[in-house]
Amino acid sequence: MQNVAIADQPDELHDPQTFITKYVYSQDHKVIAIQYGITAIFVGLVALALSALMRLQLGFPDAFDFIDPSSYLQFVTMHGMIMVIYLLTALLLGGFGNYLIPLMVGARDMVFPFMNMLSFWFYLLSVIVLLASFFVPGGPTGAGWTLYPPQAILPGTPGYDWGIILMLVSLVIFIIAFTMGGLNYVTTVLQARTHGMTLMRMPLTVWGIFTATVLGLLAFPALLVSAIMMMLDKTLGTSFFMPALVSLGESLDYSGGSPVLFQHLFWFFGHPEVYIVALPAFGMVSDVLATHARKNIFGYRMMVWAIVAIGGLSFVVWAHHMYVSGMLPAFGFFFATTTLIIAVPTAIKVYNWVLTLYRGNIHLTVPMLFSIGFIFTFTHGGLTGLFLGNVVIDLPLSDTYFVVAHFHMVMGVSPIMVLFAAIYHWYPLITGKMFDEKLGKIHFWFTFLGTYAIYLPMHYLGFLGVPRRYFAMGSTDFIPESAQSLNASITVSALIVGLSQLIFIYNVFWSLRAGKPAGHNPWEATSLEWQTPDVPPHHGNWGPQLPTVYRWAYDYGVPGAEKDFIPQNHPVTESEQTAGEPEGR
Amino acid sequence: MNILKVLRDKPWVHSTASATLEQYSGPDPVAASQVMLRFVLAIVSVLFFLFIITFLSRSQYPDFEALAGSPWQPFTDSSRLWFNTALLACASLAIQWGLGGSRSGKLNITVAGISAAVFFTLLFLVAQFDLWLRLQSMGFYLSGNPANSYFYLLTAVHGLHLIGGLVVLTNVVFRVWYNHNIDSLKAPLQLCTTYWHFLLGVWLVLFALLTSRPETINALAAMCGF
Ligand code: HEM
Ligand SMILES: [Cu+2]
Repeated sequence: MQNVAIADQPDELHDPQTFITKYVYSQDHKVIAIQYGITAIFVGLVALALSALMRLQLGFPDAFDFIDPSSYLQFVTMHGMIMVIYLLTALLLGGFGNYLIPLMVGARDMVFPFMNMLSFWFYLLSVIVLLASFFVPGGPTGAGWTLYPPQAILPGTPGYDWGIILMLVSLVIFIIAFTMGGLNYVTTVLQARTHGMTLMRMPLTVWGIFTATVLGLLAFPALLVSAIMMMLDKTLGTSFFMPALVSLGESLDYSGGSPVLFQHLFWFFGHPEVYIVALPAFGMVSDVLATHARKNIFGYRMMVWAIVAIGGLSFVVWAHHMYVSGMLPAFGFFFATTTLIIAVPTAIKVYNWVLTLYRGNIHLTVPMLFSIGFIFTFTHGGLTGLFLGNVVIDLPLSDTYFVVAHFHMVMGVSPIMVLFAAIYHWYPLITGKMFDEKLGKIHFWFTFLGTYAIYLPMHYLGFLGVPRRYFAMGSTDFIPESAQSLNASITVSALIVGLSQLIFIYNVFWSLRAGKPAGHNPWEATSLEWQTPDVPPHHGNWGPQLPTVYRWAYDYGVPGAEKDFIPQNHPVTESEQTAGEPEGR
Repeated sequence: MNILKVLRDKPWVHSTASATLEQYSGPDPVAASQVMLRFVLAIVSVLFFLFIITFLSRSQYPDFEALAGSPWQPFTDSSRLWFNTALLACASLAIQWGLGGSRSGKLNITVAGISAAVFFTLLFLVAQFDLWLRLQSMGFYLSGNPANSYFYLLTAVHGLHLIGGLVVLTNVVFRVWYNHNIDSLKAPLQLCTTYWHFLLGVWLVLFALLTSRPETINALAAMCGF
């Protein structure tokens, strides 16, 4: 706990020498970030492969023997859980949070490097435990990523024995890992900002990651509580969540528990989780947009306020996931109202992104393309969210493909778009090489158009009443034959999108060896991470002296300035001071 | 730091005010640890708050039988728990005493205080465990009734937090031992002391809740809308 090892004496930093201390057993935030990143992308690919298997079954029913109803449910569950927690949360906070926070606030490292390293090893352990469930008797749990009891731990659900136990253990380990990392991120932001870096001079990326981390630290305990109690119900026969019930003709020993209690706990975590994923994405996309449009972010203060407001509101909307579980009508009204209110700060952010582009000097680089793609997918998914937030509209649409389409647009694809934007944007800093622009653009168009080819038709399937988490539709009267051909086309698109990610992987590896050297600050960005003496930054980040910050992170296209950007560590000139407030902010 | 004032800053207005070349030399470890401790306490509070909320909600189902109230319930007479509470309070006092010692640079008081704190904490844990065995022998098993389940669960979670505290405290002591610098003990010991007092507070809340009579629990649950 007291491992603050970053007094400003570079010779005290003991640069790690051997391969092991440098890359494996490392306490450097950049190395830990990359470890997090690689692990997360690896499990993400597993989840992507699972989605391909599901789509094959849905598009071409019964063409594949090895996918039976049980394994379909297992794929759904593992796919959902991995994507939300082990890929997005880990990559956005453990990956980008770790890499960017110290660099952007001008620190040498996280405040507690040892705990930061432990965070990664716990994360890796949680991933291993999770993947181990593929190899235990009964396979992984098939309860759906929401893991609702009682079915999650009863015979009839795949993986009700080993699978669910490993899932719960893995979640508990993940939460410990996240908490250790998260304590570092918030403390570093609050305590390790360099001279002149006031809170309101931080890039929005840091604001987004910071607020998301606070949300995570306060929301993950709800998942922890529900995981512990469900584990006791499963292993030691308590009845926290388990009502009295008859299973396979036998009445079980459980009695009196409340499954709805689990749902409340789960969603008290689950909804903030959406913003744990979204807020870092909001922050990063703001910075990418401003940099590549050579313009200050429109309404910086409002953006900060919106991030904070969304963070606060996200704790009082959770029951909109439970309209069909039944609740007092007044509660339905309350949660519908808060859900619609949260749309206000969110919409402000979208307007501000668009207004940032307005009359900007837009460079259609790959990160910019992905960022613009994000504005599309996020607006799209957000609008369907407004529908689902209303009780009367949600009731018929709940558990249909409309919901699947909605959440994939808003919290599946949108953060992924930003992640790609971020990876392409910061790749030159992390590796010192430029990626291949052409391959990047091809990757973007496949991904962006493919996304629409996959998810737009799903909205229609939802209107038809095609249910979610179904292995096959069977012969259902109200679903026309044509739905099947739609499903087949979705599958083809999904496979193409999945395969096109190989372009990205290839690009990352190829550019690592053969990419052009990136040099200093190839995007001519203002924020501190691009102003390090070395690219990629060395251990300790800043050489002998920490940078001093004189201005905010958005001085692009300042009238009268020599260049169209002024880095944060450039002193303010006399003429700037007398020039007064620039317009358009 | 006033958060509302911070949020009203206009970062785009340039001032040369920050251009003073006073040298900044990295974060202050003590302040950083204090901030982290505040977050830790917030997280642990949320954790117990959520457990307690589910307890109150679960208490309104017909099969719930509070552990106090009727003569045959184990905590109608809660003297055993008062004894355990006294142990934990002693631990808190001892660590506070040790902290005072380290502040005034008295090594022997510091060592005595810390040792006593560790001793009483361990004793508390053993006593809690003994209580579990006692409950078992009286037939109050973990899965017998949700009230039992919550008793075991909440005491276990509280105990785990104490064990976590012991690990950190041991770590601190060993580091100081090797550095031979008692001054460096003050700040971390202050944090540990706060944590110990906090866990004593949590225990008092749990104690009150777990030994409440059904009427009290029902009233609390009604207040929360269950
Ligand atoms: C090409 C990319 C993807 C494809 C083709 C895909 C496909 C699918 C399919 C077919 C389902 C199951 C629907 C059902 O039967 O109910 C599903 C569920 C789900 N997906 Fe994806 N998905 C993709 C990416 C993502 C991403 C990036 C996320 C991140 C949030 C995500 C999160 C989820 C979740 C949470 C579920 C629900 C799991 C459940 O019902 O328990 N997916 N996806
Ligand atoms: Cu929600």
